[in-house]
Amino acid sequence: MLWQAFIALLSHWRARPLQLAMLVLGLSLATALWSAVQAINGEARASYARAAAVAGQDRFETLAREDGARFGQQAFIDLRRAGWLVSPVLEGEMRFGSERLRILGIDPLSMPQGASEVDIAGEAIGLQAFITPPGVLVVSPETARRLGGQSSPPLRIAEQLPPGTALTDIGIAQQLLGEQGQLSRLILWPEQLPSARPLAEVAPDLVLRPPAAEGDLSRLTDSFHLNLTAFGFLAFAVGLFIVYSAIGLAFEQRRAMFRTMRAVGLPLRVLVILLCAELLTLSVVSGLAGVALGYGIASLLIPDVAATLKGLYGAEVPGSLSVRPSVWLLGLAIAVAGSMGSAASQLWRVMRMPLLEPARPRAWSLASERMVGLQALAGVMLLALAAAAAAWGSGLAAGFAALGAMLLGAALLLPLLLSRALKLGSRLARGVVAQWFWADTRQQLPGLSLALMALLLALAANAGVGTMVQSFRLTFTGWLDQRLASELYVNTRSEDESKRVRDWLSVRSDAVLPIWNTEVRMFGQPVQIFGVADHATYRDHWPMLQAMPGAWDMLAQAQGVLANEQLARRVPLALGGMVRLQDGRSLPVVGVFSDYGNPKGQLLVNTDLLTALYPDANRLRYAVRIAPEKASELAAGLREAFALPPENVIDQVTVKAFSLRIFERTFAVTAALNVLTLGVAFLAILASLVTLSGMRLPQLAPAWAMGMTQKRLALLEIARSMALSAFTLAAALPVGLALAWLLLAVVNVEAFGWRLPMHVFPLDWLRLLVLALISAGLAAVIPALRLLRLSPSDLLKVFAHER
Amino acid sequence: MSVRWIIFLLLALASPALAQGFAGLGSDAGGFAMPQRDAPLAFPRDHGAHPDFRIEWWYLTANLQDADGTSYGVQWTLFRSALKPGEAAGWASPQLWMGHAALTTEQKHYSSERMARGGIGQAGVSLSPFAATIDDWKMTGRAAAGEDQMSAIDIAASGKDFSYALTLDAEGPLVLQGERGYSVKSAQGQASYYYSQPFYRVSGTITAGTKEIAVTGQAWFDHEWSSQPLGAGQTGWDWFSFHFASGEKLMGFRLRDAGEGFTSATWINADGTPEPQPPGALSVTPLEFASVKGRKMPVRWRVALPAKGLDVTTRALNAQAWMDTQVSYWEGPVFIEGSHPGRGYVEMTGYE
Repeated sequence: MLWQAFIALLSHWRARPLQLAMLVLGLSLATALWSAVQAINGEARASYARAAAVAGQDRFETLAREDGARFGQQAFIDLRRAGWLVSPVLEGEMRFGSERLRILGIDPLSMPQGASEVDIAGEAIGLQAFITPPGVLVVSPETARRLGGQSSPPLRIAEQLPPGTALTDIGIAQQLLGEQGQLSRLILWPEQLPSARPLAEVAPDLVLRPPAAEGDLSRLTDSFHLNLTAFGFLAFAVGLFIVYSAIGLAFEQRRAMFRTMRAVGLPLRVLVILLCAELLTLSVVSGLAGVALGYGIASLLIPDVAATLKGLYGAEVPGSLSVRPSVWLLGLAIAVAGSMGSAASQLWRVMRMPLLEPARPRAWSLASERMVGLQALAGVMLLALAAAAAAWGSGLAAGFAALGAMLLGAALLLPLLLSRALKLGSRLARGVVAQWFWADTRQQLPGLSLALMALLLALAANAGVGTMVQSFRLTFTGWLDQRLASELYVNTRSEDESKRVRDWLSVRSDAVLPIWNTEVRMFGQPVQIFGVADHATYRDHWPMLQAMPGAWDMLAQAQGVLANEQLARRVPLALGGMVRLQDGRSLPVVGVFSDYGNPKGQLLVNTDLLTALYPDANRLRYAVRIAPEKASELAAGLREAFALPPENVIDQVTVKAFSLRIFERTFAVTAALNVLTLGVAFLAILASLVTLSGMRLPQLAPAWAMGMTQKRLALLEIARSMALSAFTLAAALPVGLALAWLLLAVVNVEAFGWRLPMHVFPLDWLRLLVLALISAGLAAVIPALRLLRLSPSDLLKVFAHER
Repeated sequence: MSVRWIIFLLLALASPALAQGFAGLGSDAGGFAMPQRDAPLAFPRDHGAHPDFRIEWWYLTANLQDADGTSYGVQWTLFRSALKPGEAAGWASPQLWMGHAALTTEQKHYSSERMARGGIGQAGVSLSPFAATIDDWKMTGRAAAGEDQMSAIDIAASGKDFSYALTLDAEGPLVLQGERGYSVKSAQGQASYYYSQPFYRVSGTITAGTKEIAVTGQAWFDHEWSSQPLGAGQTGWDWFSFHFASGEKLMGFRLRDAGEGFTSATWINADGTPEPQPPGALSVTPLEFASVKGRKMPVRWRVALPAKGLDVTTRALNAQAWMDTQVSYWEGPVFIEGSHPGRGYVEMTGYE
C-alpha cells in the first residue's frame, strides 16, 4: 500500500519529465553557485591557516614589538639567557625574478616541538643542508614550478607549505633580506619555566601576542569573502524561486490525486510522510549534483580569485581546489532545507485539505488581487526597512541587510507593478487581437510572477554590479593616471646599489623621487609609512580627497602627514587628527588621499622624517621623472649600467597595465557569478512557461477556433514572454541603481575602506535589455514549438471536455 | 665516558648517510682534526672548545645526599658538534650545542634538554674564567688566579619541574685518561682526547617539584673531544664511573657489538695517579633486568677488575633514570656493593 502510494505520487513526475528536470536543475544550480562560493572561501581560508601554521603562529604565543617593527636578535639571546624558552623568526618579502616570495626564517634548533610544519631533519631536507650556507629554500611544489630555473639558494619541496612561502634558516633569511641580526618575532614555547626573569626586565620592548589562527591575512580578506558569500546567497535565493514555483505547481496538479488517495484510505499522516520522502529524495539528488557542479564552477573561478587575493591583499591561495566534506554537507543541507522550506506552505495546505473538497487544479495560480496587494504591502515595508538600514545602520552586515531587504521588497512589489502595466497596455490596445493579448497576459501573470521575480533579482543584480564595476573602473583608471605620474619606477637590490643608482640617475633625469618605506603597527593594524620628497609630481598629481590649505608645505616641513582613505575611515582620522610616530613624535593629518586596491593603511611623511624616525626603512625604490620620449632609453641605460634585471626598472605604461589587470581579475569572479545568476533566472522563466503551456489549452483553443493560426499564437506566446521580460527590466533598473549605490557607498566602504563616485552607463542597460529579451524569447521557444506541433484534434478536445 | 658523543652526532646530523648505524661514523673524519698520540694536553687552553674537532662534551655527574641521608643524582652536560671544522660568525657558525640536565630522586627522574646554534652567543665555552653555558644553564669557574680553572666551579640548570645550583671544589688533580690524555676507543685504534676531574666535593641546593633541598656529595667531571673515535659494528655502550669509599675511583666502559665487545678502564688512585688498564681487563655482566619506558634494560651490574681485586655489583637509585630527550638513554646514580663499596653513575645506550 505504502509503496503503491509512493509510486502513484512519483508517477506525476514520470508524466512531466520537463517539470522534474526544471526542479532538479533549479535546485542543483542554486546549490552549485552556493557551493562554489563555499569551496572557494574554504580553500582560501585553509590557505591562510596554512600560512599562519608554517612557523606555528596559529598554535603558539609570540613575542614581538608593539609596532610590529623588527628588533635586534640580542633580545633573543637575552631572553634565552634569562630562562625564556623562545625561538626566533624573521619574516620578509623578496622578489625572485618575477615571483614575490614570503621568506620565513626559522631556527630549527630552538623551535618548540611541533612548531614547524615541515620536517627539516627529514631525508628530503636535512638539518645540515638547511642551516649551512648557502642553505635551502623550502617551498611548495606549486611555488617550485613557478620559480622554474631560479634556484639560489637551492630549492627543496614540502607539500605542507602554502604557495608563495619559502621556509629557510634564520641566518639565510637575514642574509637574503639584508636584515643582519634582525628578527620579526619570537615563538614562545608552550611551557615556560617558573625560574625565568620577568619579561619587562629582560626585553621591555616586546609584548606577548596570543596565537592567531589565520593571521592578518584572514582579517584583511574577510570582506572579500563576505562579498562572495553574499553573491552565493543571491544565486541561491534566485534558484529557490524556481524550486518554489515547481514544487507549488506539482502539489496543485496533484490535488485530485491526493484527494483520491485519501478517499481510498491512505491516512493523512502517511501521505505527508510520503510527500516529505519524495522531496527529500529529490533534494538530496539535486543537492549532490549541485555540489558536484559547484566544484566545477569553483575550479574555473579559483585562478581569478587567487589572482585577486594576491594582487589585492598579497594573500597566496593555490589555484586549485581540494575537496572538503564541509562543503558537501553544507551544500546538501542547504538544498534540503531550501526545498523543504519551499514546500512547507504546500504541505500545510495538504494537511488542512478537507477530504471531500473538489480539486481545483489552478487555484494556486489564481492569486487574488488581495494577495497581490498584501505582497506589495510587504514589499513596501521591506523597501522602507532597506532605506532605514542604509541610512542608520553601520557595518558590513547592515549593508548586506539593506541590500537583501531592498531586493526582496522590489521582488514582492513586482506582480502589482506588472499587473498595473498590463492594465495600462490593454487600455491602450487597439483591435481585438491586441486586447486579447494583453488580457491573456494578465491572466497568466500569477503563474509567471515567481519566475519574473527571479528575473527581476537577476537583472537588478546585473545592472547594479555592472554599474559598480564600471564606476570603479572609471575612477580607478583616472586615479592610476594621477598616482602613477612618474615615467620610470626603479627597484634596486641593496642600499649600496640604491645610492649609486640615485647618483647615476640624478644627472640624467629631471628628478629622482625616493619611494622609501617601512611598515609598522599602529591603531592595532599594519600601516605602511612612505617617505616622499617635496616635488611638483606629488603636488600636481597626487589624488587627494581632502586637504588642509598648504598641506604639501606642511608635509615638506615635517609638520604633518597624509593618510590614505582606508586608514582615515578605519581609525577614524579626520583632518587635524594626530598620528603618533616613532619616538613619541606626533603629527596631524593634513590630507587624505585615495588609495584603491591597497588593503593596508598608509601614511605619507617627508623623506627626511622617515629616515630620521625609522632608520631601518627600506630605501631601495625610486620614481624617475624624465621626458616621456626619453624614458625607454634611460631605462635601457640604467639596466645596463647596473646589470639590473628587467623587472627592476618598469615604465609607467607597464605598471598601469599591471594594475588594470589586477583590477579586471578582481571583478572577473563577480561578473561570472552575475551571468550564472541570470542563467538561473532564465531557467525559472523556462520552467514556468513550460508548465503553464500545458494548462493553457482552454485559453488558446477559443482563439484558435476563432481563426488565429497556431503559428500566430506561437509567435504571440514568444512576444508575451518578451514583453513581460521588458517590463521586468524596467522595474529592475531602478533597483539595480539603488543596488549599485548601496555597493559603492555602503558595502565597499565597509569592505575595502574606500568610497567611489557613482557613474551611470545607459549603454549597458541596452545590452541588458537585449539580454533579457533574448532569454525571455528563448524561454518561450519550447512552449511555442509545442503549440505549433499540437494537432487540431487536441485543441478540439478542449471543447469536448468543457469543465 | 668515551662514546657519549654519538648521542649528539645522531641528533645533530640526522641525515641518511649517518643513520646507517655506528659503522659509518668511524670511517671518515671529513677534514676534521684527529687526536695525535704525542700531542700533550695543555691547560687552561684545553678546558675550552676545540672547534676543529667534530665532537666534544663537558660532562658532570654528581652523587648527592641531603641531611637525612637520602640520595640524589645530578647530571649537567654540554655537547658540541661541528657540521664542519672551524668557526664562523653569526648564524653561519657550523657549531651546534646541546645541553642535557637531570635530577634523579628515588621516586622520580627529572630531565630536560636545550639546543642552540654557535656564533650568536646563545651557547659556548670561554676561558679565564671558565664558563660553559647554554641559555640559562651554566658551568662557571671561580678558581683563584694561578690555580687550575676547573678546580672550583658552580653549576646551575633548570627544567620544567626541577632545578639545581651546586658549588664544586676539587680535592685532587685533573686525571688524564689513556696515554696522557690520548684515549684509545677500539681495537681498530680510534681515539679521543679525554681528561677528568673526579675529585669534586659538592654542596648546594636542588629543587625537585617545588621542594628545595640542601645537599652535599661528590661529583665527576669529564671533558672529551674527538673526530672519529669509534669502531665499526658497535650497537651501544655501558659506561661506569665509580667513587669508592677508599678514595679510589674507576672509569670503565663496554662497547657492545655482535661479539665480545670492547672493554676499557682506568683505575684512579686516591692521590689522582691513573692506572690505565689494558683492553679486556674489565668485565661487566648484567645481573637483573627491568622494563624501562617499554624496553628491557639491565638495572643491576656485576663489574670486576681482577688486577685490582675489584668485584662489585651496582644498584640503581632509581631504575627508571631514563633521559627522555630527543635522543634518549639511561643515565643514573648507583650504589656500589661488594669488594669496594661506594657510589657512582651508570650510563646505558642503544637498548631498543
